[in-house]
Amino acid sequence: MAVMLEVKNLSISFGGLKAVDGFDVTIEKGQLYGLIGPNGAGKTTVFNLLTGVYKPDTGSIVLDGKNITGKKTIEINQDGIARTFQNIRLFKELTVLENVKAGLHNHFKYSSLTGILRLPKYYQTEKAMDEKAMELLKVFDLDKESHYKAANLPYGKQRKLEIARALATEPKLLLLDEPAAGMNPNETAELMDTIRFVRKEFNMTILLIEHDMKLVSGICEKLTVLNFGQVLATGDTSDVLNDPQVITAYLGE
Amino acid sequence: MKTTKAKKNFWLGSGLTYGMVIVAYILVEIALKTGHMSSLMEGLLVPLCTYSILAVSLNLVVGISGELSLGHAGFMCVGAFSGALFSKIMKGSIDPTVSLIIAILIGAAVAAVFGILIGIPVLRLRGDYLAIVTLAFGEIIKNIINAIYLGRDANGFHFSMKSEIELGLGEGGETLIKGAQGITGTPQASTFTIGVILLLITLFIVINLVNSRTGRAIMAIRDNRIAAESIGLNVTKYKLLAFSVSAALAGVAGVLYAHNLTTLAALPKNFGYNQSIMILVFVVLGGIGNIRGSVIAAVVLTLLPELLRGLNNYRMLIYAIVLIALMLFNSSPKAIEIRERIAESFKQKRQAKKEA
Repeated sequence: MAVMLEVKNLSISFGGLKAVDGFDVTIEKGQLYGLIGPNGAGKTTVFNLLTGVYKPDTGSIVLDGKNITGKKTIEINQDGIARTFQNIRLFKELTVLENVKAGLHNHFKYSSLTGILRLPKYYQTEKAMDEKAMELLKVFDLDKESHYKAANLPYGKQRKLEIARALATEPKLLLLDEPAAGMNPNETAELMDTIRFVRKEFNMTILLIEHDMKLVSGICEKLTVLNFGQVLATGDTSDVLNDPQVITAYLGE
Repeated sequence: MKTTKAKKNFWLGSGLTYGMVIVAYILVEIALKTGHMSSLMEGLLVPLCTYSILAVSLNLVVGISGELSLGHAGFMCVGAFSGALFSKIMKGSIDPTVSLIIAILIGAAVAAVFGILIGIPVLRLRGDYLAIVTLAFGEIIKNIINAIYLGRDANGFHFSMKSEIELGLGEGGETLIKGAQGITGTPQASTFTIGVILLLITLFIVINLVNSRTGRAIMAIRDNRIAAESIGLNVTKYKLLAFSVSAALAGVAGVLYAHNLTTLAALPKNFGYNQSIMILVFVVLGGIGNIRGSVIAAVVLTLLPELLRGLNNYRMLIYAIVLIALMLFNSSPKAIEIRERIAESFKQKRQAKKEA
């Protein structure tokens, strides 16, 4: 199978602390990959390195054959990585629909002047954006709330909206940072279905960070375990979860 | 279904804003024609338009882009001087109305250039720091303009930062900008009609910009910068765009202001930080991000001091009492309790009515 993401020897230090140290990962196209590990292991830092929030000290990141090491966040997004955040980051004052339309920004274009003068292209493009955004919202069962302020959505739906907004940028690789955090078992089960559906429907490659082992073992095909910034184990989900090292460091007896 | 409803709401909202301005214009014109307007009020008409434009344009930065800028009077100052200079040079050679239109375009362009030049370094800062630096830039602009001497004679233009004599004008030379004394003899071409037209154009630009792809990006960046970057929005570009459009519109207001006076000088009173703060007060009182509110607040706050001139001695007293009363009403636990009780009793009454 073709490789979507290849990361080699990725490292970053903050002061004297090696937050991520020699991180390697290879994700194939269409794979659902999990990144797990104890708190403070450097999982979110890896996401921030992949999306250009931090520049790595060493190492390389290759996305679908293209080297994206050291690029800016917006360039990396345009190259095809979109993400969600551990602490939800929606555009709170905008409506649900506008949040998704903001995600469509780089795919449906007209100039600011066209917008001010309300030229025909404004109406055409806005209409196409509305349609596309509603389509995405329907996938996540958010179409009825399209005119709510994002801040007024219940928690579970906010998480879904964040995924919808990320997908609106038409990524090749989707990064989900603890998508099930703060959800009850029912919501988590529903989320698992959504993630599976997204992968099938959009033919998406997904890398996710999660602490909920039921979700991880339920949907991830491969896992990498981080501990103190270093890779502790990597491989098929069932093998990794039975690895004695992983059990001592993270899962517990 | 819902989309059309939203669109209708949008047109209803902005239509109300335009309508409000037009109705006010018609009422004032009627009062003027029938002679029901005191000369004091007549003198306030153009400043009202100026302040409304300033408030609406600042709202683009403070409300829509979410950045606290305290240098708005600086951009107004740049626009005023570049526009007035053009009119003074062209005085008598072209039609005053045409000259004013060109002056407005020049004022807007020069202010926009200053907006971009200042915005590039300044927009790297956030919150209080941005406020302090914009405040400083506003003052710097005013002080530099205070030191400029510009003259013209048969040999062309002469420029100095020291004194009028330094210009070394030849015979028949004319001083255009006289340092702290500014520009005198600008044609008084501003009228209420022109002011209202400019206000409508400003509203049109700001409202349409906010309700477009660009405005959405600007507001997304305001709400969450990190998320905006993660979906590929160019943060610097859109912040700078909002800042420079706002500066350009402030420049327009400046040109309007300059053409309403015979002498234009960069005084602390008209282009100082007090003015910037006054514009900010319009925006805050009208509601941050509320375009219509900015216009209403600018008009009310400009008219009130004039209408209450008789109470001049008690002005600070009234200000203080209103401020304290508002603070108490908004945040004291007892007042909140009373407010809630009143709201509750209203609700019950309505329910009782419904049941009956």
